[in-house]
Amino acid sequence: MDSRELARRIRKHALRMTSIGRSGHIGAVLSMADIVAVLYGGVLRVDPKQPRWADRDRFILSKGHAGAGIYAALAESGFFPVSKLETHYQDGSDLSGHVSHRGIPGVELSTGSLGHGLPVGAGMAYAASLDSREHRVVVLLSDGECDEGSNWEAILFAAHFKLRNLLAIVDYNKIQSLGPVAETIALEPFAAKWQSFGWEVREVDGHDHAALGSALSQRSTAGLPVCVIAHTVKGKGVSFMENTVLWHYRVAVGDEYERALRELERA
Amino acid sequence: MRTAFIEELSELAGADPRILLITGDLGFGVFEDFAHRYPRQFLNAGVAEQNMTGLATGLALEGRIVFTYSIGNFPTLRCLEQIRNDACYHDANVKVVCIGGGFSYGPLGFSHHATEDIAILRSLPGITVVSPGDEWEVRQATRALVSTPGTCYLRLDKSKAPPTHLPHDRFRIGVARRVREGTHLTIAATGGILEVALEAAEELATRHDLQTRLLSVHTAKPLDAAALAAAARETGALITLEEHTVDGGLGGAVAECLLELGVVPRAFRRIGLRAGFSSAVGGQSYLRARYGLDRKSVVETALDLLGKKQGE
Repeated sequence: MDSRELARRIRKHALRMTSIGRSGHIGAVLSMADIVAVLYGGVLRVDPKQPRWADRDRFILSKGHAGAGIYAALAESGFFPVSKLETHYQDGSDLSGHVSHRGIPGVELSTGSLGHGLPVGAGMAYAASLDSREHRVVVLLSDGECDEGSNWEAILFAAHFKLRNLLAIVDYNKIQSLGPVAETIALEPFAAKWQSFGWEVREVDGHDHAALGSALSQRSTAGLPVCVIAHTVKGKGVSFMENTVLWHYRVAVGDEYERALRELERA
Repeated sequence: MRTAFIEELSELAGADPRILLITGDLGFGVFEDFAHRYPRQFLNAGVAEQNMTGLATGLALEGRIVFTYSIGNFPTLRCLEQIRNDACYHDANVKVVCIGGGFSYGPLGFSHHATEDIAILRSLPGITVVSPGDEWEVRQATRALVSTPGTCYLRLDKSKAPPTHLPHDRFRIGVARRVREGTHLTIAATGGILEVALEAAEELATRHDLQTRLLSVHTAKPLDAAALAAAARETGALITLEEHTVDGGLGGAVAECLLELGVVPRAFRRIGLRAGFSSAVGGQSYLRARYGLDRKSVVETALDLLGKKQGE
């Protein structure tokens, strides 16, 4: 399946999962869906038949609240049956609102509290560099998450030790929990911050699969950790969810669900 | 205790390349030899404990046995959520080491007093909490933690009890060590303050004719329920002693354990910090006396508990 089809499925699954489970964060899943689809559509070297394969690339969703999108990507990639997605967020399920590794093959790290993924990813990348191994460690962060100081500790560390196997992706949809990033705790000049910390930075349209594919697959020729700042639209793909804080929280049911589904199917 | 720890870890690291030590930029004069001998197994992560603990988890998930090291509350409370979510939830082989249990860094002030760490750390699911009382226990515990799966906390102290082990003694995580035999009461102590317990037991014997069973409860979690229940049954009176708040530490753990077992000692007292923050300035011995954790306080508590008057 090509990455565009995978992205469409991730969006539709996430819409259905959050609707059935009545969970939030659909806007955050829709904004990262293309990034995740490009990763699982070919950039990441993973094998659903051997989820613990030693040479696999490690992927960490640090913005754990968008867990529905990762569960959908893993199911569509064959890590577990797609039917399991129906249990998301419900009593007795393995699929919690924030991503958890317990009982879920393919999840490297359980997250949910922000600012945890990059330090752990840096540790995995440091281990790979110690052992001269070539797999990559990929961490997907949100923009609001970059308020967390622990990320900047890891950003310092990764640059100092030139962790060339480490790729950080920021889903920069410009909206955080209570409002626009620029009006909350501004990140700009964002790319310059990462650069000044010693990372190689690439800015891309986070919904352009070709651009993502190129930005996410290439390692730094200078041997630096790479940050891809993916400019995205929160709620991407459903017109009335785009660029609004509301769909960080609201659950689509009834007519709203049907309208959203129609838009995703047309895309 | 710190020297015993690093000497032991050096020996272990030579035999097991999975062992890796990360410091949060502390340990001047202590780690140079280790770093020189095992450059691939030593890492200074800078003054960044959250990242240090996250790194440790990442490395542990890749097969390393990772020791994180700093002083006081820095490797524990500063990065508590990383210990909980990253290390413990993933059963990661992360061994958190604090030098400076209790009032070890006395005159440096309250920020450097680790007086809630046992209570807080032991509440984390799956963790092992070890607080050795003397250097032999430190060496044995360091060795044992390498082969104990999952996340562990090793609380080291500047003070230490004199050696009490016998040649045939075995150290086991979760098994309290009986360092003195007695029938009138039991003192269960954890950490370097075991030295105070030994002194108090000696004074109770020589001046008051009271024989104290003394348990070194070097493992606060999992707790040695059998040894504590036996002590309560056989000696009747039980005192816990720790350089730590009385809220939820060893004393709390013992009380929870015995009450649930239905083994209620005839008399029970927790000796620990009751004064809130330890804001007085002074060395470890001074602060123990100031806050009622010294030999005199333990003897008085024991006499009171047994219904004896001073000088009786």
